Amino acid sequence: MKNKYDVLIIGGGPAGAIAAKTTAEEGLSVCLVEKRPAIGVPIRCAEGIGKDALHEFIDPDPKSISAEMTGASIVAPDGFLMKLESGLAGNKVGYILDRKFFDRELVWKAAEAGADIAVKARASAPIMENGCVKGAKIESCGKISKVIADVVIAADGVESKFSRWCGIDTTVPVREIMSSAQYVMTDVDIDQHSTVFYLGNEIAPQGYLWVFPKGERTANVGVGISGKKSGEGHRAKDYLDRFIKKTFPHGKSIEYIVGGVSVCRPLDCTVADGLIITGDAARVVDPLTGGGIYNGMYTGRLAAQVAADCIGKGDVSKKKLMVYDKTWRTSKMGKAIERNYHIKEYLIKQPDAKLNEIIHSVSKLNLKEFTTLSLITEIIRVNPKLMLDLGALAASIR
Amino acid sequence: MLKVHRDVCGYCGCCVSVCPEGALELIDAYLCVEKSCTSCGICVKVCPLGALEVLHEK
Repeated sequence: MKNKYDVLIIGGGPAGAIAAKTTAEEGLSVCLVEKRPAIGVPIRCAEGIGKDALHEFIDPDPKSISAEMTGASIVAPDGFLMKLESGLAGNKVGYILDRKFFDRELVWKAAEAGADIAVKARASAPIMENGCVKGAKIESCGKISKVIADVVIAADGVESKFSRWCGIDTTVPVREIMSSAQYVMTDVDIDQHSTVFYLGNEIAPQGYLWVFPKGERTANVGVGISGKKSGEGHRAKDYLDRFIKKTFPHGKSIEYIVGGVSVCRPLDCTVADGLIITGDAARVVDPLTGGGIYNGMYTGRLAAQVAADCIGKGDVSKKKLMVYDKTWRTSKMGKAIERNYHIKEYLIKQPDAKLNEIIHSVSKLNLKEFTTLSLITEIIRVNPKLMLDLGALAASIR
Repeated sequence: MLKVHRDVCGYCGCCVSVCPEGALELIDAYLCVEKSCTSCGICVKVCPLGALEVLHEK
């Protein structure tokens, strides 16, 4: 690690790795710092991503993919199952990644492109000059070094502190943090090519429970519940253990994962003088699905492109970096976040009876495009009454 | 004051994201509580494992 770079990236997840790779490919000097001693661990993810979304960024090593999905199911609170299939039967629609490998693969690609990488290296404070971010203090094995950079990209995840130290309030409202727990389970009876989502206030209040296959008889089994609904005796862990006792009593847990997923609106502003905020740190997780890998990679790439452009023009002020904020907000991703936020807000207010009614309306859906948007469009089509409930939102979906 | 039960904590950072004071920090596998903590208990509520506890001083 040198003491000066064009761009300094904080965090070695998908957002940081793609930002580092893109910056290096733009011909700039860049260093990525990761506070943990290894890239990719510990996992804090259910690891699902759409096929097209992934291929927009990488043609992954087969080792990065745990399982290929051809469909999904949604289970109503009363147990009724709605099956979602691809327009082309048997067509791959998504993947369950192996994030331990995937994250390393992305960082390797960044290193190959020319980025410097430092692990067990934690940004402990920003370096500020007249209100402008100029770099960061990096702590590694007891040593503190100053790293100066024209632009700092914060990709420090859900527990992000860097932008907060720069004066941006990143607090997630309690009701909008998904308090989550997951086991990687083996010896479980599952359809290894289909994800399953369980809804209901008894099973996962204001969230959902998932079974994401990781291969033969192995799956990520997890739950996310609203922080508002969490408390002593009824935490994510309690909901998960209850489900497993009932559904997979003979399954064996080979990994225990916990985490928080923000389902709030993104930060009001994701740039400051000399600073760009990406991925989970910017709170750009999809509020309906909790998915953040694609959004992290998308904002990571865009951040690097905008940083390179602004550095080239010699002006990294907030005003110039705002191109980043405006671009992602008006992108397909930004619009999906806004739309899915409203849908999430509608769904969390519905009692189980209403969720049952919606899911009962159709036992099998054939989706031309395997996206949440086409799922919602189809559900509204078979539930015309929903149009009234959703009001203006429904119009925007059609 | 806030007590971290380190044997329970999964060092996931869920608590860090909701802290209104920015008083929590996850340093690798170590959750750090800073002086600005007001013992508001928000983090205690959201912890997926129940690793945090507000101890009331006697």
